[in-house]
Amino acid sequence: MASETSPRPADSLLDIQRTWWDRLAFIGRLLWRDKGGMLGLFLFLLVVFSAVFAPWIAPHDPLEQVMEDSKMPPAWSVGGSWEHLLGTDTLGRDIFSRIIYGSRVSLTVGFFGVLIAGTLGMIIGAIAGYLGGRVDSVITNTVNLVLSLPYLLFVVFIAAIFGRSLLNVILIFGITDAPIFARVTRGEVLKIRESGYVESARCAGASWARIVFDHIMPNLIGPLITLATFEMSAMIFYEAGLGFLGLSVPPSVPSWGNMLAAGRQYLTSYPWIATFPGVAIMITSLGMNLLGDWLRDVLDPRLRRARK
Amino acid sequence: MLRYFLIRLGQSLALMFGVLLLVFMMLRVTGDPAALMLPREASAAEIEAFRERMGFNRPIIVQFADFLSKAVVGDFGESLHFRTPAMTLVTQRLPATVELAATGLLFAVLIGVPIGMMGGLKPGSAADSLARLLALMGQSIPNFWLAMLMILFFGVQLRWFPTFGRGAWNSVVMPAFVLGLPVMGQIVRLTRSTVLEIRSEDFVRTAYSKGLEPPVIYLKHILRNASIPIISVIGVQFGYMLGGSIYIETIFAWPGMGQLLQLAIGWRDFPLVQAIAIFTSTVVIALNLLTDLVYAIIDPRIRYGF
Repeated sequence: MASETSPRPADSLLDIQRTWWDRLAFIGRLLWRDKGGMLGLFLFLLVVFSAVFAPWIAPHDPLEQVMEDSKMPPAWSVGGSWEHLLGTDTLGRDIFSRIIYGSRVSLTVGFFGVLIAGTLGMIIGAIAGYLGGRVDSVITNTVNLVLSLPYLLFVVFIAAIFGRSLLNVILIFGITDAPIFARVTRGEVLKIRESGYVESARCAGASWARIVFDHIMPNLIGPLITLATFEMSAMIFYEAGLGFLGLSVPPSVPSWGNMLAAGRQYLTSYPWIATFPGVAIMITSLGMNLLGDWLRDVLDPRLRRARK
Repeated sequence: MLRYFLIRLGQSLALMFGVLLLVFMMLRVTGDPAALMLPREASAAEIEAFRERMGFNRPIIVQFADFLSKAVVGDFGESLHFRTPAMTLVTQRLPATVELAATGLLFAVLIGVPIGMMGGLKPGSAADSLARLLALMGQSIPNFWLAMLMILFFGVQLRWFPTFGRGAWNSVVMPAFVLGLPVMGQIVRLTRSTVLEIRSEDFVRTAYSKGLEPPVIYLKHILRNASIPIISVIGVQFGYMLGGSIYIETIFAWPGMGQLLQLAIGWRDFPLVQAIAIFTSTVVIALNLLTDLVYAIIDPRIRYGF
């Protein structure tokens, strides 16, 4: 792999001011070279696709209960039918369709959770990093201490109090995950603020707004996108965990965690009910982690060489 | 050193106060803690009597002062379900959870560090591919789901391990393995990247040019320097495992604090939930303080930074 990239390391997106199209093409070439990243992107797009087009892909209504078809094993095993690819649950609902609809819950929680956490964290982190001094030390200490608490325990505790709803789950993750974004943003802002190019821009008489929007923001986006990918993966994971404990979205909503919880009671007699939602969680998580690894390498040119 | 210790101690106490305040507020933020703790079908008279008994009808400041003064001596009231002091119930469950978390951590370190090191020493080799695969899998496989599959396969079909409870010596194997899995993934990843970095440091090159045997260099020069970030991750992860054990303990019916938490939530036994949350946080905060102090002793740069 190293040999095909070595002759001319077109190593930086910044070396010449290119058009956006050139940059995208460059990123595309890097992606093509990284098999893991390609796989990650493919898996991620697969999940997004099934969430967006769920009504068209799903062969059945995810809520429709057909009691005479209940507890049917997957199509390839004895007693299965191609009518229900991954079998049916104890109420005779089609597992494949429920998994497809379940991706909507997972992605919604992941996306809006990260959006809220990212926005809050970025504001707090930017204030700390930009102002420095006393404000910074108070924020940084608080963030570090909060991050040292047992995270899952508090998520479970808060979820138990507020009760089961999609909005609650999104808010819980959005707020409890903000400190991580704050920590990363602060670190990056600090690094960028002291960098040579910001100093030279300041010397050249650039305005405050110009420094923030033209120099700090573009350099902040890379690490934050990478972090957002990993955090989204983690939230999807934790949401399923909460669902498994019966603390996420209401039981009537088809979500992967709820399916796992329902299948757990029938683990030994009808193992497929709990197996397939777990596979769905794993595929999503794997895809996003691979994508995150690749983004980290691509968006940070310093890491691009160290990887090989 | 004393100054550093006092600052860290002060921070820990402040955080402890923050945790108490948070837990106290959380139980009241929905408006009525009595409604939260009683079953939905409770009558208005029952709720009123309960409110009186728990002291929820007093001004909130008085309630908080009362809560604080009891909390400092470890009194978190009675469990609604068991009608015995909540704190005693929690501490009874502590040994089981510590056994599970410590075994899981041990497993994660014993597998994770050597594999991560092999990967970092020879990037691109087969061992490195294995290390990267393990790191990825540890992060991506939902461990509560893997736990169910393992029960099905190793417990029910092969009958190698007990499927639930804490009894025979081998009952800890499966729950500890799945609890340690995500941690192992992290340790592999971190060891690999740290070793990769240290490998090209000047002092390693010097050691090679002095003619030292590679195993000596691996252990004395590379592993020793890599151990600082690894130890810090272990400290953080132990706290994560104490909280994350709720899933694993629930699945394996392991009689620890996590299982108690899950049961307490089901019973709406919030005094017990509150005691578990505060007790676990205290343990984690104390562990973090301890880790930092050990650090400061090992690494003078930290204590002179203050």
